Parts: sequence; structure tokens; C-alpha cells
Amino acid sequence: MSHEFNDDVGKKMGMWIFIFTELFLFGGLFLVYAVFRANYTEGFHSAAADLDAFVGTLNTVILLASSATVAMSITAVQKGNNKLALRFIIVTVILALAFMVNKYFEWGHKFDLKLYPGSEIMEQLGKGEILFFGLYYMMTGLHALHVIIGVVLLMISYFKVKNGTVNSQKFIFLENSGLYWHLVDFIWIFLFPLMYLVT
Amino acid sequence: MESTQATNHVSYLQHKPHKIGILNWILSTDHKRIGLLYLYSIMVFFIVAAFLGLLMRIEKFAPGETIMDAQTYNGVFTVHGIIMIFIIVIPGLAAVFGNFFLPILIGAKDVAFPKLNLFSWYIYIAGAILALISQFASGGAPDTGWTFYVPYSADSSTNVIWALTAAFILGFSSILTGLNFIVTIHRLRAPGMSWFRMPLFPWSIYATSWIQVLATPIVGITLLMVIAERTLNIGFFDPALGGDPILFQHLFWIYSHPAVYIMILPAMGVVTEIFPTFSQKPIFGYSAIALSSVAIAAVGYFVWGHHMFTTGISYWSRWFFSFLTFIVAVPSAIKVFNWISTMYGGSIDLKPPLLWAIGFIFLFMIGGLTGLVLGALATNVHVHDTTFVVAHFHYIIFGGMGFAFFAGLHYWFPKMFGKMYNIKLANISFIITFIGFNVLYFPLFIIGLQGMPRRYFDYFPEYQYGHVISTIGAFILIIGIFIMLFNFFRGARKGEIAPANPWKGVTLDWQIESPPTLLNFDEIPVITEKPYTFKKEEEA
Repeated sequence: MSHEFNDDVGKKMGMWIFIFTELFLFGGLFLVYAVFRANYTEGFHSAAADLDAFVGTLNTVILLASSATVAMSITAVQKGNNKLALRFIIVTVILALAFMVNKYFEWGHKFDLKLYPGSEIMEQLGKGEILFFGLYYMMTGLHALHVIIGVVLLMISYFKVKNGTVNSQKFIFLENSGLYWHLVDFIWIFLFPLMYLVT
Repeated sequence: MESTQATNHVSYLQHKPHKIGILNWILSTDHKRIGLLYLYSIMVFFIVAAFLGLLMRIEKFAPGETIMDAQTYNGVFTVHGIIMIFIIVIPGLAAVFGNFFLPILIGAKDVAFPKLNLFSWYIYIAGAILALISQFASGGAPDTGWTFYVPYSADSSTNVIWALTAAFILGFSSILTGLNFIVTIHRLRAPGMSWFRMPLFPWSIYATSWIQVLATPIVGITLLMVIAERTLNIGFFDPALGGDPILFQHLFWIYSHPAVYIMILPAMGVVTEIFPTFSQKPIFGYSAIALSSVAIAAVGYFVWGHHMFTTGISYWSRWFFSFLTFIVAVPSAIKVFNWISTMYGGSIDLKPPLLWAIGFIFLFMIGGLTGLVLGALATNVHVHDTTFVVAHFHYIIFGGMGFAFFAGLHYWFPKMFGKMYNIKLANISFIITFIGFNVLYFPLFIIGLQGMPRRYFDYFPEYQYGHVISTIGAFILIIGIFIMLFNFFRGARKGEIAPANPWKGVTLDWQIESPPTLLNFDEIPVITEKPYTFKKEEEA
């Protein structure tokens, strides 16, 4: 096959650029949020009151903790302690799954209350409320998709650490997966106050 | 990997690790083969979309229904636009010549991420196929125009979702290509090649790539929002649900105006390579050209509002966007002056690539100056949504980007295939294409000024003169293009063997064999001087 480069700096640079694009992707949604929040301040406040701030806070803590554990797994690999690194990756994945389970119940609860776009109850709400829930589903849904992608990357990293392709000399794959995971966390840190705390 | 000793010089086209022929292409991570994959896919789609364009011109030969009804016409201009914009000109030069020549020009063996590069092509093909499906699937071809303006794109019963998804996927491919090129330019320049020793085509690719990376996600999320609006009933852009249709236009043009620079910057880069070679003179104003690419990329980000002067945006924002639109014309003009100054006093060799490049300048100037008519607030209102706009952007996109693409093909064809096309036939095809182009698009300026709206399949009898001339031009143009394509195919099959440096170029692409070996260079060259340093015969 063609020439393969082993350029860890380049790979990391590529990941950072990809992260920029992800931020711009969410940036479009944040922009739309800002416009509608300005237009329908009241509606956004009253709709946000329907979200469960406790679950939101719990999920924030979970994601922050998972960011810490993924960072620890990278440090562990760098120091040559692959066993510890594997454990930290597993903890990160478990935390991610816990986040998703919470999300599942949160969305499920909303669906039980018939609060989803196009439902009869939704159509009786004010325009601000409708837009808030539309954005809520779109933004947290897209974020959840990124959580899933992040988990897949972490799983691949797990097997790479296990079979030794990621090791103390060459850990760029794990490092990039970790960067991606921090991105997932970072976006949530903005989503959380905008969705749950604007009441 | 095989040895790359001087005794084992196999061209990249002869390097066939797989037994089944096609696998050597679709599994190859060689940047040169991927460049050709893009070239062939773009050519196929170009013929399809050009044919659709011809159908539109035939329809307008006479007022009233000529060969198709209004709804078919809507579908044809929409799919023509989607294919031309998203499948041909946005990847266009960057994907074909960027892939093929960027690594060679900076003295690298490949791009930074060869597998990702191939993956981008697969995504591109997936998007292109979706776009084709949107034309033929049961709901009817999308009829929104390539701009997908809401609320119509949220309501239209045609296959808009297919087209939106196609554009989203093609954007993803564009992002990955841009990312790849940025890292390539940062990490893989040959030793000694500082930023200001880099040839100017890589500079333009660098600016392009940053726009691709930073602007494309915005249109991605916007298209996703329209999809959500159609499928999940979320009313981001629907006033009945509290949304704002103008917001869509902002988000769309935040990407789609910089996208114009994604198209034109690599085109400028290609002609910048051509002028010094055929004038046998160093480029005039190297740094000015390099930095004006970056300036265009930066300022081009903030002019999107000039697409929206008639939507009722505030006075000051119109003023501001109009002002910046005039500013962004400055770096483009700087480039034009530098190209002309490069030719001044040079020993000009009027070969086909230079002819196409000069054609590019001529048409791009007309397109650029009429762009200022559109950028000025008062005149914009008069010509908004008329065929004046259609003529303007075809002069920029086809006359600019398209002609530069053909210039690049004529320039690099001997390097890419190791064969030569017929020079005389190439000159003839240029002249026919150039005449056909102007006969096709120039009348549209005039009837546009007189009030002929764009996207109408019918018109008042007073516009017929212009439409008839324009349709005749379309046939001339098609003939010219087919002669050119025929010349290329014949050249690739049984043309003369091309020497390594047929044009006496001095950049790295002309210092290696034609066609290049798998890894381009036996040894990575060490760069000691500025590019475009021409030496006298006896010194060389």
C-alpha cells in the first residue's frame, strides 16, 4: 500500500481541526437558540421549568467525572500502566452509559407527558415553549449521538490498549479519543445551563 | 512496500497491487489515483448537469411550454444547481488538483491521512448517488432551487429530504478533505520549504481548506434543521410555529457565500501556477498573492448578507455587508494585476493552458465587476432575482472556476497521464468554448437588466431575442466542451509520450517523471530558494 505516516503531532492537529468543525456544528444550534431566546424570553423560561434540573445536574457530574477518568487513562498509558488504563477506560464507558440511561428516562418521561414536537399538548403551548422543546430535542439528541460516537471510540481504544497497539510509546489514538470525549463533555457544559438553568 | 530505487521506476498508473483492475482504484490510498477518481466522477456528473442546463436553454428557446412543463423545469434547474454546486465545483479543483498536486508541489509522498482521503471519496460518492436518487425517486425531483429556501423547502412534496441529506453528506466529505490538506501543508512540507517558499497553488488550497473546515459545519447543521422541520415537525423556520425563515437564509449564506471562495480560490491557485511557467518569469508579487488568498478567505466570511438585501434586514447591516462586499473585491483584483504583471515583459508562450488562463481572467473580470453591481445596495434591488444574477455567477463559477479547471487540465495533463493531447485541437476547442460561453451568458445580463426573472420557464415575447441568442450559445459551448473532452480521451489513449517537463516549468511537479512514480520522489528534495526561480538555459 501507499506510504503511511507516523506523525503523532499531525494526527493530533487533525483531531483538533475536527473538533473545531464539531464546535461550529453545535455553534449553529447555539446561534439559533440565542435568536429565539431573545425573541421568546418568557416562553423559554417557563418551558425550561419543565425540565428536571436534578437529572441535568447529575448528568453534568457524570460527564465531568468521565472526562477526568479518560484523562487518567491517558496518563496511565503514558506511564506504562496499561492495566490501570484499561480500568479507567471501562469506568469512563460505564459513566457514559449511565449518562445515556438518565437521558433515556428523561426523554421517556417527556414522551409520557406528550411533550414532543407535533403532539396535541405541544401545539397548545406558546411559540416560545414549542421552540424551546424543539431545540431541546435537537440539541440533546445531537449531543447524545456524539456520546455514542465517543463510546465507540473509547471501546476501540480499549482493545488497542489491550493488544498493545496503544502503548507508552504510541498513545495517539487514545489521546485523540480522549480529546473527542472532552469535546462531548465541553458541549454539555454549555447545554446544561442553557437548557436546565434558565428558569 | 516496494523499493523505490532508481532502477525500479514504475509509474503510479502501472503500480497494480490487486489482480482485479478496479480494486487498484477503489482501494488505492495513493493521492494521485484518488485525484483521478474525483476527476472521473466529476466529469461524469458534469456531463449530466451540463445536459440538464442545455435542456433548460432549449425550453427557453421560445415563450411558453417548449419541451417541458413548469414543474419539470423547476426540478431540472434544482438538480442542475445541486449537482453543479455541491458535486462539481465545491470539491472541484481542490479535490482533483489538490489531491494530485498538493503533495507533489510541497515535496511530500502523499497527504497526511491517505486512508481518510480515500474515505472522503467514498462519502462523496455516497452523497452524489443520493443526489441522483433525489432526481428519480417517486416523489418527483426537488423543486426548491439549490438554495433550499424555507418555508417552501419545508412544505414541498418533492424529494427534498434526499437532496438535503445528499448536500449534508457531501459537506462532510468536503470537511475531511480540507482537514487532510491543512495537516498535510503544516506537517509534510519538504525540508527547507518555509511558508514563503511554498508555491502559490498550495497557498490557495490552504486558504480554501480553512473555509471548508470552518464554514461547512454551519450549512450541515442548517440542513439538519430543515430535515428536522420536515420529519419531526420542529418549527425552527416556520413562522406558524414561531420560527424565522430569514434566519435560515442567514445560516445558509454564512456557509454558502464562503463556499464561493471554496470554489474560486483553488482556481486562482491553478492559474497562478500557469502564468509564470508560460511567461518564463517569476511570479509578480508572490507575497501579495499568497496573503490575498488568506484575506479573501477571512473577509469572505463576513459578506453573506449581500444575498439578502431585499429581505428587510436593517439599514446598517445592509450598509455593512455592502461595504465588505466591495472590500473583498480588492484582494481578487490584486491577484488579477499580479497575473498580468507576471506576463508583462515575459517570453510568452501561448500554449493551451495559458489561453485558458487568459480566458479565465477575462471572464472572471466580467463576473467580478458585475458582482459589484449586485453588491451595491441601489442597483441590487433592481437586478435582484433576475437573469443578471444568473449571468453574474455563471461568469464567476463557470467562466472563473470552470475555465481554470480546464486550464489546469491542459497544464497538468501530460504530468498526470504521461501523454500529450493535440495542441491544435486544444486551441480550437478553447476558441469555440470561449465564444459559446459569451454568446450563452452575455445576453442574460441584458435581458436581466430589462427585468427577465430567474428560474422562470416562461417569459414575455420581448425577451425572446436574448433567449434565442443564449440558446444558440449553449449549443456552441457544448460543442466546444465535447471537442475538448474528445481531445483528452484521444490524448490519454494514443497521444504522444509526454516529456517530464513539456512546459519548462520550475516547480517541483516538473522535476519528477511523467507520470510520477508511486511515491513521487526518489529522495525528498531539499528546498533552497523561492519558487518560480527561472534560470537561463546555460545555468540550468
